[in-house]
Amino acid sequence: MSVTVLNPGLLTTVQDMGRIGYQQFGVPVSGVIDPRAAEIANILVDNPGGEAVLECTMMGPHLQFGRAVCIAITGGDLGPTLDGAPVPNYRAIAVQPGQTLRFTAPKTGCRALIAFAGGLDIPKVMGSRSTYLRAKIGGFQGRRLEKGDVIGLRAPRSELKNLANRYITPEFIPRPQYNLRVVMGPQDDAFTQEGIHTFLSQTYTVTPEFDRMGCRLEGAAIAHRASADIISDGISFGAIQVPSAGQPIIMLADRQTTGGYTKIAAVITADFRILGQLKAGDKVQFERVSIQHAQDALLTQRAALRNLRRALQVC
Amino acid sequence: MSDVRFLLTGDTSLTAEFGNEVSPSINARIRAFHIALEHSSIPGIVETVPTYRSLMIHYDPGIIQFAPLVQRLQSLLDGLDLVEIPPSQVLEIPVLYGGEMGPDLDFVAQHAQKTPQEVISIHTSTEYLIYMLGFTPGFAYLGGMDERIATPRLETPRVKIPAGSVGIAGSQTGIYPIDSPGGWQLIGRTPVRMYDPDRETPILPQAGQYIQFYPITQAEYDEIAAQEAADRYICRRHPRQEAI
Repeated sequence: MSVTVLNPGLLTTVQDMGRIGYQQFGVPVSGVIDPRAAEIANILVDNPGGEAVLECTMMGPHLQFGRAVCIAITGGDLGPTLDGAPVPNYRAIAVQPGQTLRFTAPKTGCRALIAFAGGLDIPKVMGSRSTYLRAKIGGFQGRRLEKGDVIGLRAPRSELKNLANRYITPEFIPRPQYNLRVVMGPQDDAFTQEGIHTFLSQTYTVTPEFDRMGCRLEGAAIAHRASADIISDGISFGAIQVPSAGQPIIMLADRQTTGGYTKIAAVITADFRILGQLKAGDKVQFERVSIQHAQDALLTQRAALRNLRRALQVC
Repeated sequence: MSDVRFLLTGDTSLTAEFGNEVSPSINARIRAFHIALEHSSIPGIVETVPTYRSLMIHYDPGIIQFAPLVQRLQSLLDGLDLVEIPPSQVLEIPVLYGGEMGPDLDFVAQHAQKTPQEVISIHTSTEYLIYMLGFTPGFAYLGGMDERIATPRLETPRVKIPAGSVGIAGSQTGIYPIDSPGGWQLIGRTPVRMYDPDRETPILPQAGQYIQFYPITQAEYDEIAAQEAADRYICRRHPRQEAI
């Protein structure tokens, strides 16, 4: 009833939708960085929403299956193969005992998500299976996967209704430049008018300094009115911090719960599917939208996922 | 309470900002609002994060959107004076000061030109307000330490500080909830676990509560540690007497 890690890849962790309700105690949320791709993977293998998946970064793992189970891989295309033959992204497939899933090389995006029909046998810690690496909380023994780890499958399903129809067109499309929509705030008033203009008009490049905590960008410096420091307040997923040097940092799933840098804006939830796939060298531009626009976009995305789940159940 | 600002922090959360300074009176208002919100019938609240000067509110825009939520929060604020706020709890935290547990006690005493015993008596004579938690799971930002025992951080941080260590950094004091590196001057250690992921309440301190330290002997330390290991220890607490 298990999957053996032959090679862990660069950074493979167990994640779900995060640890909700403990930020007031200083516990970061964690969870997948591309929640939409994770939800689609779960829908494709008929898991309930929020089931834990493996999040693989750039260089994916090699996994040997000890029993039959259906899986789906979504997010970035890290070149998955099954016993050497390429397997499609965004499609549920049946894996047989003894088969090996290998990721060969990243082609598009940064992170792939693997959902297992019936879920992973990982205990919940504070209500979540997500791994928080820094404090070694949750996931597989609180850490990234390592060679030789054996991960249990909770209630593996080797067959799914309509398996042949369980696919969608891969969603992540690489672009020469990505547009990230933002809502301004909470400290946009700490920046000069020119600083705001710079932020919204210039192109920023993702630096190699990106991890599950944050994604550092570089480009034209964003000017503060006075200080870049504030008395600490809360930090949301997608918040864009600008320390005194004027270079933005987008805060991700493992961000600390509070912080003392000015935050000029926040990436809207509907664009986390782009944010979660950014890698070093990618170029991004920020587009200001209203809160109404942002919330409408999120609700439209959620409705589309509900429709997808329904369509796969009846077809 | 009309001076509270509701700030956008993305499309699934907002921050109610009560001020721009660290002060017990601002924190008391945040605590009152936090309690009122927890007892309110506002739908769609996912979680809340109190800080020095604000309350961050995470919500589900599928249930309530920004504009109607702000309206509901504003009327909650307007009626805040009518809400009965229970007194804050004071957590009584036992500490074995000095020796192996508090290797920097002598340095802190020298720096303060006091005896180690005087440092202990100053450190235990204050009820410290927990402004917020952060930095690591269960780390409480405490306010109110007596400036007479303020001491700069270590020049070279230690690689590993054991969980439960009680330290001083500048005019701050605090407890390390988990083993971590750090540069605080360590004056003692508590056998009480601030953080245990498998416990029903994983984290002991809460923003808005107070902490008071009291000195214990090695034998008492061992006894409490044994009770903690058996999950039988219950941290003493009492309601705070508000100054009139």
